[in-house]
Amino acid sequence: MTTSRFKTLLLLLLGLLLCAFFLFPLVFMLVAAFNPDELDLLKNMSGIAAFWPSANSSLENFRDVFERSTFLRSFFNSLLIVTLTVSLGIVCNSMLAYSLARFHFKGQGFLLSLIIGLIIIPFEAVAAPLLLLVNQLPWFSDGQWSLGWLNSYHVQILPFIAHAFSVYLFYQFFIALPKDLEEAALLDGASYWRIYWSIVLPLCKPVIATVAVLQFLARWGELLWPVMVVRGDEFATLPLAMQTFFGQFPRQWGDIMAFATLATAPTLLVFIAFQRWFVKSAIASGIK
Amino acid sequence: MQSRASLSTPRITPWLFASPALLLLGLFLIAPFVLALVLSFTDQRLVTSDQLPTEFVGLRNYERLWEDESFWAALQNNLWFAAWVVPLQSALALGLAVLVNQKLTLSRVFRSIYFMPVAVTMSVVAVIWSLLYAPDAGLINRFLQLISAGAFQPVDWLRDPQWVLPAILLLSIWQGVGFQMLIFLAGLQSINPDLYEAANLDNASAWQQFLYITLPLLKSSIVFVLITTTIYAFQLYTQVQVISSSGTSAPIDSMRTIVMLMVHEGFKSGKIGYASAISVVFFLIVFTISMLQRFVLKDKAAA
Repeated sequence: MTTSRFKTLLLLLLGLLLCAFFLFPLVFMLVAAFNPDELDLLKNMSGIAAFWPSANSSLENFRDVFERSTFLRSFFNSLLIVTLTVSLGIVCNSMLAYSLARFHFKGQGFLLSLIIGLIIIPFEAVAAPLLLLVNQLPWFSDGQWSLGWLNSYHVQILPFIAHAFSVYLFYQFFIALPKDLEEAALLDGASYWRIYWSIVLPLCKPVIATVAVLQFLARWGELLWPVMVVRGDEFATLPLAMQTFFGQFPRQWGDIMAFATLATAPTLLVFIAFQRWFVKSAIASGIK
Repeated sequence: MQSRASLSTPRITPWLFASPALLLLGLFLIAPFVLALVLSFTDQRLVTSDQLPTEFVGLRNYERLWEDESFWAALQNNLWFAAWVVPLQSALALGLAVLVNQKLTLSRVFRSIYFMPVAVTMSVVAVIWSLLYAPDAGLINRFLQLISAGAFQPVDWLRDPQWVLPAILLLSIWQGVGFQMLIFLAGLQSINPDLYEAANLDNASAWQQFLYITLPLLKSSIVFVLITTTIYAFQLYTQVQVISSSGTSAPIDSMRTIVMLMVHEGFKSGKIGYASAISVVFFLIVFTISMLQRFVLKDKAAA
């Protein structure tokens, strides 16, 4: 009995040590973000003082961030781009999956294998030719830009809506879903669109949550594509703005950490609120 | 029922449902993928002009790639990163999963905290750790000095060509390991607890149970995590890009990855043909690793 108690204590201790490892950079960031005195911050950063709010803590760094950087603009851009990409993606990808799971048509088998094959292609492998492609696409350009699609919202949204792995997750869910309700609705004369929109979509909330979380995490952190297609601040997203702000000299660590805190807070809050879904999504991503 | 329903269905209906996603996939994934293959045999430039028409150049891009020292340096960086991140991150993830799977009072809290960094954007993570890695009086340097009783000599982590990748390795593991922990946790929870009970009756030690029950039954999770982490190691970009663009980092060849080189050649130098050749090689690497996963898992299914 005493040995098992000792073992439990040891495991708890190990668990707490690991908590310290995963939390210390975040606490470090927070404390530095509230310290307006750069010299004091650099003096404190090498010891235990780095994890305790300094006596002169204030919101000054945050004020600097709002005044001297384009944080609000890039935050709005990220929110707009990610929200549109994820929500349009849910509709498009589930429609394709619905078509594959519920109809019989010529080329269906090929289409399914194609989608599964496409999962393997990483975005990084198509980025360079895609850059050339969007550079020459005529639509949506307002005439001022001879550069085709570059520097815009749609160039950051449209390429990421359709997503083969999301289609696959929806497909897996649909083929396991009983058809009774849909068939009853069909006999009552409902159109396929109505069945999809008012019966099927509401039933697949769990997989919608999974796809939304996975895509949100991926899109919110995206840096590669913005680096290639965005110039200046107007259409820059948070990761790009973070990189730009970080690269400015003279470097003010207090301001940088305040920026980092502001950029992190929304995703961390979303994570804490929807933790259950994050856990489920991570697990679902493993069923490839 | 099925056939009756499909008899009355217009043939166009399934295609109407499929078309939005199919059009987008065709335009933004299939077309550029095919283009990458084709363009890798040309001298296509990002900005085209009538004076310099694009020409077919055969294998010249690939020959140049073979002789490009930056390419080999980048490939070596990716290989180094993969060789370290795959065993370290997977083993740590498995350890964390076993720990939070114990019936401890704080297990759920532990799980949340270990996963938390996954919700922090990678570019922000790179910035926070840049200060932790500060030379001389930086926290990491001071900590190492403390636990080595002063024997450790401070390192300028991000400027030293020898240390910049190990530094990036640590922050990458910190950010990403929680995700794999959850995948292992799902695998652990699907193991029948009766097996452990039977092993207990046979007086098997905890280590024996882990070796002979947990590990074999976790095989598909392990293969999945090993393969996805390897692919992730070859996709490495964001954290290295943020650190290398900060203006205070090591010489570029000591940290540049394949994807960064592709961006540099295609976007900065405008050599789309050459960047396409890099993309094709990159795809072949990822493809081979993915096939390896299917091969290993199929092998297991047959056994």
